[in-house]
Amino acid sequence: MSDPVLSLQGVHTDIAQYHILRGVDLEVPAGGVTMLLGRNGVGKTTTLRTIMGLWRAKEGRVVFRGEDIAALPTPAIARRGIGFVPEDMGIFSDLSVEENMTLAAVSGPIDAERLDWLQSVFPPLRTFWKKEAGTLSGGQKQMLSVARAMIEKRRLYLIDEPTKGLAPAIVATLAGALRALKQEGASILLVEQNFSVAKALGDTCAVMDDGRVVWAGEMATLAGDTALQERLMGLSMESA
Amino acid sequence: MLTRLISGDRPRSIVLTIILLAILIGLALAPFLFPGIRSLETAARICIFIVLVASYDLMLGYGGIVSFAHTMFFGMGAYGVALASVHMGRGFDALIVGTLAGAVAAAVLALLIGLFSLRVRAIFFAMITLAVASAVAVLVSQLSSLTGGEDGLNYQIPRALTPAFKFADGRLFDVSLNGKLLNYYLVFFSALILFLLLLRIVNSPFGRVLQAIRENDFRAEAIGYRVVYYRTAATCISAAVAAIAGSLFAIWLRYVGPDTTLSFEIMIDILLMVVIGGMGTMYGAVIGAAVFIIAQNYLQELMAVAASATAKVPVLPLFFDPDRWLLWLGVLFVLSVYFFPTGIVGRLRQGR
Repeated sequence: MSDPVLSLQGVHTDIAQYHILRGVDLEVPAGGVTMLLGRNGVGKTTTLRTIMGLWRAKEGRVVFRGEDIAALPTPAIARRGIGFVPEDMGIFSDLSVEENMTLAAVSGPIDAERLDWLQSVFPPLRTFWKKEAGTLSGGQKQMLSVARAMIEKRRLYLIDEPTKGLAPAIVATLAGALRALKQEGASILLVEQNFSVAKALGDTCAVMDDGRVVWAGEMATLAGDTALQERLMGLSMESA
Repeated sequence: MLTRLISGDRPRSIVLTIILLAILIGLALAPFLFPGIRSLETAARICIFIVLVASYDLMLGYGGIVSFAHTMFFGMGAYGVALASVHMGRGFDALIVGTLAGAVAAAVLALLIGLFSLRVRAIFFAMITLAVASAVAVLVSQLSSLTGGEDGLNYQIPRALTPAFKFADGRLFDVSLNGKLLNYYLVFFSALILFLLLLRIVNSPFGRVLQAIRENDFRAEAIGYRVVYYRTAATCISAAVAAIAGSLFAIWLRYVGPDTTLSFEIMIDILLMVVIGGMGTMYGAVIGAAVFIIAQNYLQELMAVAASATAKVPVLPLFFDPDRWLLWLGVLFVLSVYFFPTGIVGRLRQGR
């Protein structure tokens, strides 16, 4: 495996009086998909938000392509080439689909070829291009959220449970889009509860518990070891 | 052409389009359609408040920033013109210098307040604007040697903008062609240009980022936008435009005083006009200002008519007593907020 594009070293994060991350060590290899797994409330979302600087690490280093970005403001982190798809999608519902996409292209005008490709991956974006994003269905909003992060090539994508609560057909569409990103050579850190998606996309995997990464390794190793799954997450992912 | 003029921001409702056109035509031809000093005063006030309220809408409706210092910026523009006219003497140069100085001073003060408070949380900005606006109002009334204190300042404006100046044959359609008419059209066209400029700003990429920030500032940051810069820039633009509106007011009135330009009552009026018209729509400023100022100026007369018409009916004349016009104005606002929670523009757009 190549050098990590992102590594977290002993990261601690507090939210109000709660100590959520308790020394996270994590590596995301360049050009691969790393799954971040674990039960609810173990700190997966907090890890992604800490990387983006939306919550500040009170201790530890967040190194992106050799630079410690832990103290940088969030917009500076984003402009270094990190795309973030939050769990709540975070679309701007008062703005149109077009305006949402245009805003996401922070480096300049939208690349027409890339937009065409994204609209072919997510056909509703073309259909509802001029429509207010707030009027889209849940699945369409999620497509917009992912497409918005993909509108410009990023070095790293942080994606938080993109398939949560979505119909199987939409899950397949999103999984296809993430596969396309992977083929493009992007690195992805993906929080995902859907094991079939995780198994199909993941190259490496990190399992969190109680604010720490308790196991890291090849996705195939975890996928093939039911006992390990039960020990780490309290359930077999095959049955999840 | 017209669509480009309004930056592609169509009213999106036939009724709204008709109302806006009626207001535009009414204001453009006000001296000829509604002759008389009082109606011209009302029309000029509507023009000025459209700009003032629209500039506030840029901050509140588009940026989600609550400020209580908008009258302070308005007053800075007004006092800029007044002080320049007092010290430089009557002339257009004094008006230009005063307007520019007021706008720049307002923008700089907004920048300072913004950089100190918007970095943390928008609510601190509201609190600080309240404190600064109160301090400036006290300062203006205390520094009487400079500002005229509570009495304010009277000054002369160029003769071409006063009733004493006559041009052409002196009359057209029974309306006196004098400097006051020119003054009105200076106010009208300046207000129109400023409003179209604000419409351009909110429909530009900058305006879209502002809307995104209003909706989800964390998300806007995570995409790569420095929220504090955008909010501060919106505040500065808004302050500068409010100051220019203040300058127009000072040119129109030929008088400035704390009550006419700096009082907290004007701030409340601006808030009401934005809410009644519809926040985050720009066109709401036009309707809000027109409805509010017409009600403020003519409700009392309307009630006098109602009181005399119901003179023989028991109790009713008491309700329509012209002295109770403020009560009815209040009732009107409560009803309009209740029935139009998204403002008149929002309601009209929903019902299209």
